[in-house]
Amino acid sequence: MRALIPLPIVLPLAGAGLSIALGRWRWAQRAIGLLVLAATTAISIVLLVRVDRDGAGAVQVGGWAAPGGITLVADRFSAIMLAIASVMLLAVLVYAIGQGGSERTRVAFHPVYLVLAAGVGASFLTGDLFNLFVAFEMMLTASYVLITLGSQRAQIRAGTTYVVISLVASALFLAALALLYAATGTVNLADLSVRLAELPSEVRVAFSLLLLLVFGIKAALFPLFFWLPDSYPTAPSPVTAVFAGLLTKVGIYAIVRTQLLLVAPDDRPAGLILAIAALTMLVGVLGAIAQDDIKRILSFHIVSQIGYMVMGLGLFSVAGIAGAVFYIVHHIVVKTTLFLVSGLVEHSAGTCGLGRIGGIARRFPLVGWLFLLPALSLAGIPPFSGFVAKVGLVQAGVEGRAWAVVAVSVLVSVLTLFSMTKIWGGAFWGEPQVEVEPEQAIVARWGGTVPMLGATTALVVLSLAIAAFAGPLYELAERAAADLLDPAGYVGLVLR
Amino acid sequence: MSVVLAAAAAALFGFGTWLLLQRRLTRTIIGIGLLGHGANVLLLLSARRRGRPVFVGAPGPFADPLPQALALTAIVITFGVTAFLLSLAWRSFELTGDDLAEDDVEDRRIARSRVLADEEVVDEELLAAELADETRVSIDEEAP
Repeated sequence: MRALIPLPIVLPLAGAGLSIALGRWRWAQRAIGLLVLAATTAISIVLLVRVDRDGAGAVQVGGWAAPGGITLVADRFSAIMLAIASVMLLAVLVYAIGQGGSERTRVAFHPVYLVLAAGVGASFLTGDLFNLFVAFEMMLTASYVLITLGSQRAQIRAGTTYVVISLVASALFLAALALLYAATGTVNLADLSVRLAELPSEVRVAFSLLLLLVFGIKAALFPLFFWLPDSYPTAPSPVTAVFAGLLTKVGIYAIVRTQLLLVAPDDRPAGLILAIAALTMLVGVLGAIAQDDIKRILSFHIVSQIGYMVMGLGLFSVAGIAGAVFYIVHHIVVKTTLFLVSGLVEHSAGTCGLGRIGGIARRFPLVGWLFLLPALSLAGIPPFSGFVAKVGLVQAGVEGRAWAVVAVSVLVSVLTLFSMTKIWGGAFWGEPQVEVEPEQAIVARWGGTVPMLGATTALVVLSLAIAAFAGPLYELAERAAADLLDPAGYVGLVLR
Repeated sequence: MSVVLAAAAAALFGFGTWLLLQRRLTRTIIGIGLLGHGANVLLLLSARRRGRPVFVGAPGPFADPLPQALALTAIVITFGVTAFLLSLAWRSFELTGDDLAEDDVEDRRIARSRVLADEEVVDEELLAAELADETRVSIDEEAP
C-alpha cells in the first residue's frame, strides 16, 4: 500500500510534463489527462479502502528519516478527501472536453489542470507543514493560470484580486512557518505536535490563531471571504466548478488537520471557531440572497457552506468532526455539480443573469432535473445527502450544547432554500426570454453536449448514492473523526 | 544582530502592506515582493546556530541548513508568481490603458439597484466610483 501513496502526486505531474511535450496534438493531451486522472481516481479509491481496513500508512520520501525528510501520510481523513477530489477532477475534465472553450483553444489548459490535480493531492497527503505550503503554491499557481486563461478584461480584473489575496495569505503562511520553526526547530507535523506541547500555553494559542488566519483566507472564512464571490464567477464554468468544489475545501482540510493535530485540547479556540462558523454561514447566505446571477449566488453559497464545516470542527467532538467530514464530501459533490449545471445554462441560454433567462425547465427538462436534485440537497431537504449531513451536524451541536450555532445553521438552511427557489423561479420557470439557437443539434435538443451532460449526470447520481449509502459512509466519517481526535496514532506512525 | 534582522523583517512587512493598499497594480506587486522578502528574512532568523559556516567539515558546528533550503524554495515560488503577476498587470494595461485595480461591475450594479432603498450609501459608493473614473481619465490624458 505504501507504494501507492506518492502516486496521486507523481502521476499528474508526469502527465503534465508529457502534456506540454505533446501540446501540438489536442487528442493526445486529452488522452493523457483522462488516463492520468482515471488512474489517480482508481489509486485513491484503492488507497481509501486499504487505509480504512489496515490503518494509516506513511512514506519517508527518499528514505530520509521523519523530522528531517519529506513525509507523506495517508490516513482516513486524507484518503477520503483524496478519493472524492480525484473523482471531481476526472468528471470536470470530461465536462471541459465536452464544452470546448479554453480547453480547445489554449495549449496550457491540460498541463495546468494536471498540476492543479497534483497540488490538491499533495496538500492532502503531505505530513509536513512546509510541503503543505509548496503544495498550496502548486495548486494556487495552477489556479491563477486557469482563472485568467481567457485573458478577457473581467477575468484579468477578478484574477488580479484572487492572485493578490492568495499571495498575501502565502506570505503570512511563510511567516507563520518561520515563527514555528524558530520556536520548535521542526516543520514536520507529527514532530510539531510533540514539540509544541512543550511551549508555554500563550505561545501555543498564538500559533493556533495564526494558522487559523492563514488557512481562513484560503478557506474563505468570515471575515476573510470577500475575494471569493468576486473572483470565482468570471472563470469558465468547468474551472469555477473545480475551484468551488476543491480549493476552499483544501483550506478547510488544512484548518482541521492543524487545529486537531497541532493544538492541544485545552488551547483550542472552540468558542471563536463556532462564532466564525455562525457568521460565515449567515453572511454568506445573506450575500447570496442579494445577488442576481446564478454563478454569483452559488459562489456566496460556497462561503455559507464553509460555515457548516467549521461548525463541525468547532464542536471538537467525534460527532461534530464526523459531521464536518461527511459535510465536506457531500458539499464537494453537490457544489461542483451545481456549477457544472450553471455552465449548462450558460451554454444553452447564453448567460447566467437571472433577469435575462427563463423557461429552461420547459426547454431542457434534463438540465432542470440536474439542477433541482443537487439544489434541494444543498438546502438540506430529505432524503438527499445535504439532509443527512445537516442532521449530523445539528445533532452534534445539540450534544455539545452549542444552541446559538445550531439555531443559526437551521435558519441558514431555510435561507439557502429561499435562494435556490430564486434561481429556480428566475431561470428554470416562466417563459424563455432569449431564444439563442445553439449551433449543434444535440445542444438545441438537450441543452449541452454528451460529455457535459454525462459528467453532470454522473455527479448527480454520485450525490444520490452518497445519500443512499449514508449509513456506511457516516460510519467511515466517524472512524476518520476518531483518528483525527487522537493525534497519538498519527505521531506514532510518522516518528516510528 | 537578531534584533536588526527582526526590525528589517517588520519594516518589510510594514512597507509591503502599505504598498498592497495602493490602487496601482505595479505598486501592489512591489508590495507583495516586499512581503515575501520579509517572510524570507524571518525564515533565516529562525535558524539555529546562525552565523556559523555553512559546510560540513568546517571547524565547529555548522549552520542549520533547513531554513536556507526553505527560504530558497520560497524565493523561487515568489519569483515565478511575481513574473505571472507582472504579465497580468501588462495585460491589464493592454486592455484598459492603465494598471489601476478595477471595481467589481456586478457589485456596482447591485449597489445602484439599492438607490431607492438607501440613497446615502449609494451616493458614497458612486462618489468613490466617480473619483476612480476621474483618476483613470486623467491618466488617459497623460498618456501620449
